[in-house]
Formats: sequence, structure tokens, C-alpha cells
Amino acid sequence: MRLQKNTLLALYSVLEFAAQPERQLSVTDIAAALRVSPHHLAKVLRTLGRAGLVDSVRGAGGGYRFVANAKRVTLMDVIALFEDIGPAAPRGRRARRGAEQALETVLAEIDQTARATFGSVTLDTMLKLIGRRGRG
Amino acid sequence: MSALKVRRARAADLAQVIDIDKRATGLAKPAYWAGVLRRYGRGARCRFLVAERADGVLLGYIVGEVRDWEFGSPPCGWVFGIGVRPAEREAGVASALLEAISDAFRRQGVATVRTLIARDNRLVLSFFRSQGMMAAPVIPLEKDIG
Repeated sequence: MRLQKNTLLALYSVLEFAAQPERQLSVTDIAAALRVSPHHLAKVLRTLGRAGLVDSVRGAGGGYRFVANAKRVTLMDVIALFEDIGPAAPRGRRARRGAEQALETVLAEIDQTARATFGSVTLDTMLKLIGRRGRG
Repeated sequence: MSALKVRRARAADLAQVIDIDKRATGLAKPAYWAGVLRRYGRGARCRFLVAERADGVLLGYIVGEVRDWEFGSPPCGWVFGIGVRPAEREAGVASALLEAISDAFRRQGVATVRTLIARDNRLVLSFFRSQGMMAAPVIPLEKDIG
């Protein structure tokens, strides 16, 4: 499972917010920390907002703050907002070669493991991991 | 959590352990649990522990043992059963049980604890992840031989 740029931005952003749930952070601040344009990041944050992970605060000094439960939200919950994670589409009615089918079986196995991993790691677990890596 | 006591399981605990397991799996397995108690209820390298509240109610259990050189791996502690009453989840019961069994494994000289969980069991997978467990350098394989 290869993650697109917006998905990675969403994951980095939501971890920034979840690390400081009591604070509201401006798009400009997060964009600077992630080295992306505020305009680009704003679109990502709107998606996170519609999913109920962050809440926007309007007006001067406004921004976003984390409003979800970090112990319940998994990496997969965030990834699913930006990626098509459904099963691979069938490739037409023509009979596929045996090698193609076999390779798809192996790739599906890798995909299932990736999904299980992303689906079992919560934001809270990620914050602990970041903390351990920071101390290490 | 202050009144929680983690201790070895006894025969008198089995009814409650079976009930906790049944609530999670939908199956009562008295013969299986009697066998677990016989095999893992005693011995320095085996652990069948329960978390007991002050009033005698069991809130959870954990089962594991130290295994040597399985699959070429140096001795490590294996956890192969854990359960907590649904109403008591997210209160630190499973964490206390894992800590207790890890301490027991450590006293046996091992530095790694390992487990195996169904890929779709998000609840238990998430718990072990929250405890800092990462993917082990092994890949479980199976084959339909029916």
C-alpha cells in the first residue's frame, strides 16, 4: 500500500493536533512545520474536519483543534479518507494468465497485512511511539 | 485499579475465566480451560494469571510461557491468551496482566515477549500495539489440508 502525498500530510497533521489536543493550531503553523503550502494543507484539513477528527475555529487567531478520541482513531481511519482502499477492481472478463493471478494473490497478502497494521495502530499508540523514538 | 490483584489462576477461578472467554468468543470451552490450568497453572516458565478485584470478581486473565528455540528463535516469552470482561476494558486490566507476565518472563531470563493475533482482531491487536509491541521478525504461514 503506497500512500499518496495528501494522505501522508493528513497523518502528519492529525498527529500534530492529537499531540496537543488542548491547543488550536493555525493552518499556517502546521503548514510551516510540514513544509507545504497553507492552501494545499487547508484542503486536507477540511477533509479531516468533515470526518470529525478536527474542528475549525473561525476568526482572528482561528485554526483547528483535535476533537476525536486518539485511543480510538487508527491510522487506517485517516488513510481511508484519502485513499481508495476497496478491493482491487477485476480486470475485465478475459481470462487472466496464471502468473498474473498468482502475483495478485501475493500482492493481496501484502495488502491485507498492511491494512491490519494500519487498522491496529491508534493515534495514541503513534504518539507513544514518537515519544519513545524521541527519547531513544 | 488500586484494589486489583494479579495472581496465578486456581481451579476455583475456571468458571469465571470460562465466562470471560465466552463473552469475547461466544464459546464456552470448559475442557480447554481445564487443560490450560493443568499445563500452565504451575511451573516457573508457565504462567496462567488472573486479575482479581477485592470482592473476588475476576476481571481478566492471561496465559503464556517461555519457549526455547521455537522456529529458530532464542528463548522468549509467548502470550497466547488474554481476556478482559467487556465492562472493564480500557481500565488498565490487560496492561496490568501483560506487565505481570512480562515480569515473570524477565525473571526467567528472557528479554522478548511475543504473541500471535488474528489479522482481523482489531481490539486485541490495538491493545498489544498500545503496549509498544511491533511486528516480530517471523511470518506465520498456513495451508488448507482438508
